[in-house]
Amino acid sequence: MAAGDRPFLRFDSVTRQFGETTAVAGVTLDIRQGSFVALVGASGSGKSTLLKTVNRLIEPTAGTVLLEGKDVAGSQPSRLRRRIGYVFQGVGLFPHMTVAENIAIVPRLEGEKIGHGAIARLLELVELEPALARRRPDELSGGQRQRVGVARALAGNAHLLLMDEPFGALDPITRDALGRRVRDLHQELDLTTIMVTHDMAEALLLADRILVMDAGMIVADATPAQLLAGQGGKIAQALVAVPREQAQALADLTR
Amino acid sequence: MSDLILALSRLGGPLASHVLLSASAIALGTLIALPLAIWASRAPHIARLTLGFASLIQTIPALALLALFFPLLLALRGLFGQGLPTLGFLPALLALTLYALLPILRNAVTARANMDPGILEAADGMGMTAAQKLRLVEAPLAAPYIMAGIRTAAVWTIGAATLATTIGQPSLGDPIFAGLQTQNWVLVLAGCIASAALALIADTLLGLVERGFAIRKPLLVWIGLSLALAGIAVAGWSSRDTGERDTIVVGAKNFSEQFILARLIGQRLEQAGYNVEYREGLGSAVIHTALTSGAIDVYVDYAGTLWANQMERKETPARSRMIAEIAKWEKDSTGTRMLGALGFENAYIFAMRRERAQELGIRSLTDLASLSSRLNVGGDVEFFERPEWHAVRDAYGLNFAQIRNYTATFMYNALQSGQSDVIAAFSSDGRIAADHLTVLKDPKGALPAYDALLLITPQRVQEKRFVNALRPLVGAIPVSRMREANYAVDRKDNKLSPREAARQLAKDIETGNSTGS
Repeated sequence: MAAGDRPFLRFDSVTRQFGETTAVAGVTLDIRQGSFVALVGASGSGKSTLLKTVNRLIEPTAGTVLLEGKDVAGSQPSRLRRRIGYVFQGVGLFPHMTVAENIAIVPRLEGEKIGHGAIARLLELVELEPALARRRPDELSGGQRQRVGVARALAGNAHLLLMDEPFGALDPITRDALGRRVRDLHQELDLTTIMVTHDMAEALLLADRILVMDAGMIVADATPAQLLAGQGGKIAQALVAVPREQAQALADLTR
Repeated sequence: MSDLILALSRLGGPLASHVLLSASAIALGTLIALPLAIWASRAPHIARLTLGFASLIQTIPALALLALFFPLLLALRGLFGQGLPTLGFLPALLALTLYALLPILRNAVTARANMDPGILEAADGMGMTAAQKLRLVEAPLAAPYIMAGIRTAAVWTIGAATLATTIGQPSLGDPIFAGLQTQNWVLVLAGCIASAALALIADTLLGLVERGFAIRKPLLVWIGLSLALAGIAVAGWSSRDTGERDTIVVGAKNFSEQFILARLIGQRLEQAGYNVEYREGLGSAVIHTALTSGAIDVYVDYAGTLWANQMERKETPARSRMIAEIAKWEKDSTGTRMLGALGFENAYIFAMRRERAQELGIRSLTDLASLSSRLNVGGDVEFFERPEWHAVRDAYGLNFAQIRNYTATFMYNALQSGQSDVIAAFSSDGRIAADHLTVLKDPKGALPAYDALLLITPQRVQEKRFVNALRPLVGAIPVSRMREANYAVDRKDNKLSPREAARQLAKDIETGNSTGS
């Protein structure tokens, strides 16, 4: 296999059990560099668990995860995670640090400093005023906080961005705006992005590849266009039906 | 009021010791609690175990916890050698440290358990190592709560440290206990005020630090910490070892006569060129071991006490034989030297108000026994645990309606107010004559002789200067003199301090101006 064809990220028979419960049941999957993948499914379908096996917040019970051809289990979790951007619903900004200190945390862990200019550029990337750098997280709105969360995830020059329900706690307008911004950043920075969401509409609008999970298994693997064309099977179509019917209902109202 | 200010102004020494003891206990408690809390945050069963242990310690009364370290350290001498101190700073430090553990540990564990899981997930997700997470996230977020725990611990420890006096560690308990014994309320008040003020100051400064952590103003943290450290430094500087002169520790039990005799001994030793410290308020069981172990150098004990408690003898032989046997036993068992009898006796006697005794027709313990089931008896805090009580009780068949413990001072008040019909008093107590009490006869001779004996630690028996300084006290104090001195300290008005009474007594001994008895 030529280097260019080597998958950026590969899941090889990844299984994770919590006691008697199987959260992820032998998932095998390749993800190409530069793709924007949405992992969609109901609560408890195993999508978050699968995502977290990549940065080893959760260790698989069996199987391996290969990042750029290397087993992630072979590197120290802390080193591995600094190379991978991570954004999640809880945001988890450090309340005792300023916005600038929060953003600079990954370089700091590596023993590096990033300057005011770099912080300002990162804030600009997520469409925030540079003046916010000196504020503390409790002075920000929910949307601003998650923007800072995204900037923090990108500060370590990550090429892989993992997002676990990143917009789940935001109001619809902020959610839409931030979703678009992340989609653009994905392109501008040449990222590979995996986003866990239970919202099929969000997945259809942002991702270029959608994986539907159910009971720990991938039950559909398709592009948005294919899903909208009715492919991907029953479970996927049930999820697609929701936004489609809503759109239809809205369209009917305007007539 | 000026008395109070004077009393407060004399508290420098005890205050410095109190500060150093409390600060050491809080520091050591923090040093132990924090690693335990970190361990507990990573293993829930450790959290249960350590918190359970710390809570258990809290249920032990502070006084008992302090006292328990004496036998514990004594037992540990097998491991660490005879140099291990069993009284004073070390046991006080250990007991108070255990006491300080709980609030710090509990607050640290609770702070960690209630930390926002999102923040901890972010710490992991950003790639922090366990050490980085502790330093950059867990420690700063838990700091205000830990500081609040240290604050609570400081207030508790400063309060409980007053009890360190009872195990021979100088503290602000010194004036409180001495004042309680001699009915010197000004002294008690001064000790309480000083200890409360110290607690308030510590609370305020640590509160500043806590607030600094909470609102993330490092300046406040530094101000609070540096003021607290400055206070500790001043205490340390003022109680530094000042001279090369040899320091003698004079021991005393917990009543006026002992305070006076300790000062009398101390003043003679100072004249002989020694530095003198006092360990006052020691219990009968503790003080003898303190002497044989060298924690104190000299003290006065009573023949009957040694006979019954240390030697565990039951019979009551003639006075001269008893004293000779005690001297031999002390020498043979531990090398302690019984230098001699001071010349007076302080026996346990049973005393009643004269009118009450006449009304009931009681003149002796035999008369008392026949009526005892209707009467209340009072004694000092240890009397009813002592073999002398068991002996006299069994000899006469005493069976009182009620038994009450008092400190010596309150015992006389209880007798006057009628709460007790009869008390087990000390024969050398000036209040017996002053209050016109009737002393009940002991026709069966059940109560042993209690000649006051001067005991010298084995470490000093060869020291001529030391022994010579004390020898003039042997046979020099008739009971009338001792009663006078005791009464001067115990009476309600125109009181002398034990130090002043000791000076007066010394003067009388010098001039041979004895009223005899």
